Amino acid sequence: MWWLRLPDNARFSSQSFSRMTLATATPSEEARDTAGASRSGSRRSGPDTAFHFLVAASALLVLVVLGGLVVLMGIGGSQAFRTFGLGFAFHDVWNPVADLYGAWAPLFGTIVSTLIGVAIALPLAFGTAFWLTAMAPPRIAAIVGTAVQLLAAVPSIIFGMWGFFTIVPFMARTVQPFLTHHFKHVPGIKFIIHGAPFGTGLMTAGLVLAVMIAPFMTAVMRDVFAAMPNMLRESAYGLGATRWDVMWKVVVPWSRSGMIGAIVLGMGRALGETMAVTFVIGNVTAVGWSLFAPRSTVASLIALQFPESPAGSLRLSALLALGFILMLLSFASLALARMLRGNTK
Amino acid sequence: MSDTVVSTNGWKPNPRAARRRSADHVATAFGMVMAGILVLVLASILWTLLSRGLAGLSAAAIMKPMGPPGSSSGLANAIVGSLIQTFMALLMATPLGLGCGIYLSEYGTDTNKFASCVRFVSDVLMSVPSILVGLFVYQVMVAPFGHFSALAGSVALAILAVPIIVRTTEDMLRLVPTAMREAGAALGATRWRVTLSLCLRSAKTGVLTGILLALARVSGETAPLLFTSLGNQNWSFSLTRPMASLPVTIYQYAGASYEDWVQLAWAGALLVTMGVLAINIAVRVSARRG
Repeated sequence: MWWLRLPDNARFSSQSFSRMTLATATPSEEARDTAGASRSGSRRSGPDTAFHFLVAASALLVLVVLGGLVVLMGIGGSQAFRTFGLGFAFHDVWNPVADLYGAWAPLFGTIVSTLIGVAIALPLAFGTAFWLTAMAPPRIAAIVGTAVQLLAAVPSIIFGMWGFFTIVPFMARTVQPFLTHHFKHVPGIKFIIHGAPFGTGLMTAGLVLAVMIAPFMTAVMRDVFAAMPNMLRESAYGLGATRWDVMWKVVVPWSRSGMIGAIVLGMGRALGETMAVTFVIGNVTAVGWSLFAPRSTVASLIALQFPESPAGSLRLSALLALGFILMLLSFASLALARMLRGNTK
Repeated sequence: MSDTVVSTNGWKPNPRAARRRSADHVATAFGMVMAGILVLVLASILWTLLSRGLAGLSAAAIMKPMGPPGSSSGLANAIVGSLIQTFMALLMATPLGLGCGIYLSEYGTDTNKFASCVRFVSDVLMSVPSILVGLFVYQVMVAPFGHFSALAGSVALAILAVPIIVRTTEDMLRLVPTAMREAGAALGATRWRVTLSLCLRSAKTGVLTGILLALARVSGETAPLLFTSLGNQNWSFSLTRPMASLPVTIYQYAGASYEDWVQLAWAGALLVTMGVLAINIAVRVSARRG
């Protein structure tokens, strides 16, 4: 459990606890199991069966909840898919007045803001994980590591408020005027920075997303780096490698798939992030090249428009269809992350 | 003179080594800057919260219920609403999560298809966007009944809390040595007795940690509550009616154009963050002590 991980696994609990940890060996799992099987086989008493039934039932309930979530989201969105066809996903008009809905504008916002967020979070997370595992003095590493984990615990609405009151004015007053002034006439860039200096938009959302997902990615990367056998590290040091050499030429190649898993996991979180993005993206359903113009994302659109959509309306159905698409995206990224993380073990 | 000494020793600084060393320095500086940025962000968030929230954090803000702008209103009903809904959510999530975690660790072997399926689903649930959970509960518990309810909000929060509890419970129970189970069985204890009185008891700290972390995660959640418990301007203790909650109130007030509402939003934000961070720090400190 990488993100529930406590700062220091080795000192996790009391002495007896760590002795237990030492005593636990994975091969004995099989033995435990056969012991259990024979036990329940020889004397399957009433309470035992009932207990088994009870815990199995709660496991089943967890399964049912997710299954229900997937099915209901699909059913709810089917009306929109029926009305607009599969083109729903690529239609870029979202007009509640004309009752015309297409998912492309919010989908575009979600994808672009996520990509910006991941692109900024990656150096943040990699640099932090590298510094914490290889460079920092232990005492400082403990403090900084705790601070980074606390950052991961801050509720997303707080990130939204912070972004709205700190990052948005900064973008509006400093970054955008600067960019407009210097890059207004540069051919490739002028489309990207085009727009009135509102301060809200994809770039701002990407920045806030980046600082939100960076702590998670840092945690995964630290785990992945720490999982590398020390022998490899020591061999490299023995050959005279610097710490950066070890990192770049030994640790990174060894943990490549785990690192990609970390990136995809961060991506999954950024895709579904709602409250923080709603505060800073400006909430305009439009598609365009400018990274500094107000846009919207799937999650922010749902959060904003759902309360005003009457039950049974096409708009509600379109929002549910958006939710279904979002679910597919986040499941796909999760499955990918699991696959890649599984490869390292 | 010293030059000749060096040259007779045959040692010269290797340009490649020098380059590698400077690359090392650059990388260190880069890592430090990146870690520094993350720490600065945390500091900036805390500073923003303290500088804006402390001013609004008065006895009235905590003791008085919400009200129209201009009146000296507070957050009392939102705070109580949040406490009720979070408590209800944990009340539902804890037994379910414990049961599922016990099943996975005690009965879910590698060959058990059902268990690995449940494990996968629980992991998926852990990272499902929280707004989708809100939509789901809306469809199950709000749309059929035609009105928003605090119970629906609690269920949405519970769905978010369960996978965390499942995961920590399973992990902690797996740390309990097999010898302990065998000892219990040798003394004639039945399997449920071994599981509950021996395994769960010795893994108590870890399991509690999971529940606390679930509490911390859930108490700041806004998105799943928007469509389920909705929010309420007035006092309400009924589980079948809309109920106010602190995060939703913050969301409503932060975007308002009234000075005093924004002020209250910051005070609420400060309360929520301090609560969540306090739980996290407490968990870490107690885990370190054992």
